[in-house]
Amino acid sequence: MINPLRPIGGAFLSFLGTAGRLALFTFAGVSHCFRPPFYGRILLRQMIDIGFFTLPVVGLTAIFAGMVLALQSFTGFARFSAEGAIANVVVISLTRELGPVLGGLMVAGRIGAAMAAEIGTMRVTEQIDALTTLSTNPMKYLVAPRLIAGVVMMPLVVLIADVIGVFGGYLVSVYKLGFNPANYLQNTWDFMTAHDVISGLVKASVFGFITTLMGCYHGYNSQGGAQGVGKATTNAVVSASILILCFDYILTEAFFTKDVG
Amino acid sequence: MSADNAPKIRLQGVRKTFAGGRKVVLDHVDLDIGKGESVVIIGGSGTGKSVTIKCILGLLRPDAGSITIDGREVTPMGEGEREDVNRQVGMLFQGAALFDSLPVWENVAFGLLARKMTGREEGRKIAIEKLAQVGLAPDVADLSPAELSGGMQKRVGLARAIATNPAIIFFDEPTTGLDPIMADVINNLIVKVNREVGATAITITHDMASARKIGDRIAMLYQGRIIWAGPTDAIEHSDNEYVDQFINGRADGPIKMAVRA
Repeated sequence: MINPLRPIGGAFLSFLGTAGRLALFTFAGVSHCFRPPFYGRILLRQMIDIGFFTLPVVGLTAIFAGMVLALQSFTGFARFSAEGAIANVVVISLTRELGPVLGGLMVAGRIGAAMAAEIGTMRVTEQIDALTTLSTNPMKYLVAPRLIAGVVMMPLVVLIADVIGVFGGYLVSVYKLGFNPANYLQNTWDFMTAHDVISGLVKASVFGFITTLMGCYHGYNSQGGAQGVGKATTNAVVSASILILCFDYILTEAFFTKDVG
Repeated sequence: MSADNAPKIRLQGVRKTFAGGRKVVLDHVDLDIGKGESVVIIGGSGTGKSVTIKCILGLLRPDAGSITIDGREVTPMGEGEREDVNRQVGMLFQGAALFDSLPVWENVAFGLLARKMTGREEGRKIAIEKLAQVGLAPDVADLSPAELSGGMQKRVGLARAIATNPAIIFFDEPTTGLDPIMADVINNLIVKVNREVGATAITITHDMASARKIGDRIAMLYQGRIIWAGPTDAIEHSDNEYVDQFINGRADGPIKMAVRA
């Protein structure tokens, strides 16, 4: 008879093993960010990939999020004659929450998957072994530039997404709901605080780290040909998405606990 | 043994297992490779040929035994020391393992650029010279690896392996997947570059035509051990039934069970 505790114990040990490997990988990746040689060209390419090529998808997400937010807020707040708070809701929701989270999830889908697929293919075609034989540390060459690019560029992407999202809310409020443009912009400006924006950008930076780390980790450890690369890509996106939502709660609690009391 | 006639590479009692020790791939491998010598390791699929060179290169760490290069024990080395040792190494991978994201010339000059032995302009010149050495025209330099045929990729891989004028070159299945004529072209190139560079060469293959052409000495790996080693000319009269069966490609013989497994 199979001991019912056995699979539970096996799963727990497997989880601990994965957590340990991930911790070692993270430590090695981060430590290489601060030790020369630095690969400027690779870093620049990654920064362009994350900071420029993700803009269309993140921008589209942000503008529709802002538009929907304005419309939903209007229909909800009209019941309490509080339509004037739409600008407030849109700007706070976007800068604190929707900009970084939706931006992070979109970047996880686009960049995390691409990194896992690229590094995973390099693993199964022995390109990572080739780097080692060419006296180049793969962690330094492949992982460190991606981590730096994720941490640095994600806040910029999210900042642009915030602006586009607010613009989406403005479009719906002014052209569909009939708000006065000057009043709407004035309300947006009045309600927006540096604390809201900065907390969102810090979140973005953490989400950038999570996304690139998951892409690199799963790609670097992929095994078994095309199927293994596919699995690594899926795991990178799923794990990055879950961790983004998890760390979103942790960071929100850290930033706004005093507001709750 | 004096320093002059000490082997360039020495493996003593090397053991490597996988799956938590359940799968023994190398079991007490002993092999000496002299300076400037070309040694070919032959053996069937799954006998541990690739694992042997991965252990020498530091891509895998043996469970037991000793590997020395120029008298220095390399198995316990950390990343930095290992990178120093690998500076004198070149490797031609089975699938060429060219970096997809870089043009051909940057692949060839990668080791030079990574070790800051040259600038980019000088690196490109050297890359074109090395491409000429393996019979490729200068216009190949700006192509992407994906635009090359399998034979051309092998040649580019060979050019990359010799670009830094290494003291030791590893060839992993250099003729696998090539037509007989292209295989012979690659064999000739390997003999030529070995002669020109004067390097110590280790080749793993199961192609006997290739082994006879490239090797000064042949060693046969079977069930994780070197069961025969001797000069290339002597392999036809090895008096070893395993070697006889392998080099004549017969299905019947003592290796039958391994074939079925």
